[in-house]
Amino acid sequence: MSSDTATSADRAPTVYVPSSEALATVLAPGARPPRPSPLSASLTFSWRALLKIKHVPEQLFDVTAFPIIMVLMFTYLFGGALAGNPRDYLQFFLPGIMVTSVVMITMYTGVGLNTDIEKGVFDRFRTLPVWRPAALVGMIVGDVLRYVLAAVVILTVGLVLGFRPDGGLLGVLAGIGLLVVFSFAFSWVWTFFGLVLRSEKSVMGVSMMVLFPLTFLSNVFVNPSTMPGWLQAFVNANPITHLVSSVRAAMAGTSDASSMMWTMAWSVVFVVVFGTLTMYRYNRR
Amino acid sequence: MSRRTTGLAIEAEGLTRSFGETRALAGIDLQVPAGAVYGLLGPNGAGKTTAVRVLATLLRPDGGRARVFGHDVVGEADAVRARVSLTGQYASVDEDLTGAENLVLLGRLLGLRKPAARERAEQLLAAFGLTEAAGRQVKKYSGGMRRRVDIAASILNTPDLLFLDEPTTGLDPRSRNQVWEIVRAVVAHGTTVLLTTQYLDEADKLASRIAVVDHGRVIAEGTPGELKSSVGSGSVHLRLRDPEQRPEAERVLRAALGVSVQLEADPVAITARVGGDGSDLDASAQAAQALGELSRAGIVVDDFSLGQPSLDEVFLALTDHPAVPAEAERDDELEAAR
Repeated sequence: MSSDTATSADRAPTVYVPSSEALATVLAPGARPPRPSPLSASLTFSWRALLKIKHVPEQLFDVTAFPIIMVLMFTYLFGGALAGNPRDYLQFFLPGIMVTSVVMITMYTGVGLNTDIEKGVFDRFRTLPVWRPAALVGMIVGDVLRYVLAAVVILTVGLVLGFRPDGGLLGVLAGIGLLVVFSFAFSWVWTFFGLVLRSEKSVMGVSMMVLFPLTFLSNVFVNPSTMPGWLQAFVNANPITHLVSSVRAAMAGTSDASSMMWTMAWSVVFVVVFGTLTMYRYNRR
Repeated sequence: MSRRTTGLAIEAEGLTRSFGETRALAGIDLQVPAGAVYGLLGPNGAGKTTAVRVLATLLRPDGGRARVFGHDVVGEADAVRARVSLTGQYASVDEDLTGAENLVLLGRLLGLRKPAARERAEQLLAAFGLTEAAGRQVKKYSGGMRRRVDIAASILNTPDLLFLDEPTTGLDPRSRNQVWEIVRAVVAHGTTVLLTTQYLDEADKLASRIAVVDHGRVIAEGTPGELKSSVGSGSVHLRLRDPEQRPEAERVLRAALGVSVQLEADPVAITARVGGDGSDLDASAQAAQALGELSRAGIVVDDFSLGQPSLDEVFLALTDHPAVPAEAERDDELEAAR
């Protein structure tokens, strides 16, 4: 054996000669470390999500450019017609478009999971002796950062355009907090679809089919009082409506206890139902 | 030093698994002794990958049972996971991350603290000749480097049983040799390796026992020597200096060996089967005899080689059909597993 390390001056193919001595050293087993706690394993997986953002920063396009376009487009498209002028409309509309944008971004959790599985890296994760949901929890925790980023981008654009939240900093933080909690819970819907559906494209397709009606048939854009009764019934049951009402209230410095309660209840339901379904699929594959 | 494990690493009885209409495993029985390389040999779609996925706890069998070091792969999956690792046919590392990041990530997941995980990653990268490439994304690695980082990831916690699913498919000969050296080192250390391959010579060089898999069943099992002698034949490939002499050479060979002789498309090439049931001599003795006859007849041979039976020939002998790939196993599996 000439050498156990690669020698290369540049990026030319390295000539690697495996050395049995060098390999024997790394094979010598130390005592096995104890199994990491669920929290530590989940955090390690969210570190992976951060590393992916570092290496593929283009993926932040979804959480920056897309929300900016949404705010600008709808404020100036609907503002004059619905509220007399865009600025007054923005005061009503900004919390709603923030919710819409962030909830729409949650679908990338499913798309990302589907791609990961397609590539085979989840095969390795699934053969590790760690707390089973850790890979998925870590992934979603990483995505939560993207949600926060999107919310902050939208808030900034809103402030520049003239949005003035009466709730002040605390109200705004509370609103974003509610939105992030709900989005974390809602992401489990997409992990389930990411596991069940065959391709990235079909995950996108199903997500759009769910997200468009869910976000548009709500109180995001207009006050539901002018809608026909049957539509009001749907809008009032829609979790997005409750979320928007509670975020709006928080940012306006008031509170809407019933909407808040509904938002939390829906969040729990999403985690329990879709979290369970996701883990069932994850284990059964 | 080495962590020797004795007895059986894997015992599987009647494993079945279907994906829709496709029967990937039709009742596989395996007994894999600990401490050696065991080869699963078969064409694409034979069920090798499915078998590995069941044994590595990635897939549940429809029927039958399997134990890894005495632990049931379904009921005690966690105990199995603590003792095995898998290097899949496709990259089982994150291609967006660098080689070093992948190893630190896995080290952390296996319970190492960050400094220890970093140190372990450095050691492994050095031993696998990847120090230079440590900071580069895996997607920019060559095929051989990718395999190495994948295997390095698998031995982070030096497993008792390592699954290598077609580790050399698509690699150039040098990278293939490197992987072989690594496999030998891993086994010398005491880890059991279950290796799937489509190449008889690979199974022959590495494995101490081989199971030949076809249509989801084990159709033959034994040491490489036993398998080859059950097939019994190899081929002598000759290239003559003068194409004019080929008819004469054909006649001489047929007379000397009493076997069928095939004329190749190349006008100087000729192939004869040797070592078959018809002769008391082994293949090399027959080949030597053939060469002698040719030189006595004044025929000049420029190039001569004695080939082992190919996988195709093993398959022909065992199944009466050549080793044709079934429909792409992995694709069916991925679709059906959703």
